[in-house]
Amino acid sequence: MHEWALAESIITAALETAKKEKLKQVKEITINLGEMQQIERDIFEFALDEIKKSHNKKMKNTKFRMKTEKTTLRCKNCEKTWTYQDMKKKLTNNESESIHFIPEIVFVHTRCPKCGNPDFEIIKGRGVTITSIKGTR
Amino acid sequence: MEPRTTVIEKRLSQIKKIIAVASGKGGVGKSLVSSSLSLYLSKKGYKVGLLDLDLYGPSTHIILGTKDVFPEEEKGLVPPKIHGINFMSIVYFTDDKPAPFKGDDISNIIIELLAITQWGELDYLIIDMPPGLGDETLDVIRLIKKAEFIVVTTPSRVAMGSVEKLLKILNELKTPTIGVIENMTMTKNQFIRNEICQMKLNYLGSIQFDQKLESSIGNINKLLRTDFMQDLAKIIEENNI
Repeated sequence: MHEWALAESIITAALETAKKEKLKQVKEITINLGEMQQIERDIFEFALDEIKKSHNKKMKNTKFRMKTEKTTLRCKNCEKTWTYQDMKKKLTNNESESIHFIPEIVFVHTRCPKCGNPDFEIIKGRGVTITSIKGTR
Repeated sequence: MEPRTTVIEKRLSQIKKIIAVASGKGGVGKSLVSSSLSLYLSKKGYKVGLLDLDLYGPSTHIILGTKDVFPEEEKGLVPPKIHGINFMSIVYFTDDKPAPFKGDDISNIIIELLAITQWGELDYLIIDMPPGLGDETLDVIRLIKKAEFIVVTTPSRVAMGSVEKLLKILNELKTPTIGVIENMTMTKNQFIRNEICQMKLNYLGSIQFDQKLESSIGNINKLLRTDFMQDLAKIIEENNI
């Protein structure tokens, strides 16, 4: 249930935004799920709904929209780009789980598939972010 | 929008005191001071956590002789107890392989660790910092407002040259600094003490170079009996850390 901790951060961030923007109700939160973090969507949604219940005043009818973002990585040495799906099959279960907890662990367990260099970057699809928060004033 | 930073304060809210052990220079004994400080406080009956933030070269797990453990998943990650210390390190995820992380990646790792680690109630959280005043140091200052710094140096003017820069940055950012520990002293020399006093900072004390220390690495019973530990204990008691 590591998803719980991230769900809690979504709710806390939305409440902070609601306070800052003087929103009476948070209607919708759009969440970007970077593929590399391999979030268990059912658990994540369950956690969001459970945590939301403690904030009924502002979040009673809040809806969560989730979009999965494909991961792209790029080698800084040879400029090869590749996806999480390309590298997934070469990872052991333990390596994959470590990347689930901390996506940057990808730099430890993989290399550029073309030149073997560890100097690559995550272009997109890292982890959990909020793309929008809608509410009423 | 970055949601993770919003829960960091909550994750650390039940910790009474957070001490970051840092230095401008590598190889001065930060990890030994962090690990031994954690062990000492734990043996005194305090609830202690140790967070190894030396992401390139974590070593507190070697000092503590940690083997075959992994955090438990419970609404985040609960650090396993090692010799009574709640211990969190990047090494759980890296299998001790090389970790070629860069700027933003380092910040992301620190934010992730701080956002998902469930420390619970602690008297002390000790943070073993990497050398220098790079991303990790600035991130800890920015993200952990209640962190207080203990800075470690050796008697060398070379080490002090870098340590002085770190102390100036801490001062510039108004970061609480408990003081400076002089480690690996071999002769009686007032150089470091004078430098620290001139900067109007606390010289916490010195730890003599201990030739037997290396043989106690990975064996905490031996470590607890070293001269190094005795000197450190004196510093902890005298300064009421």
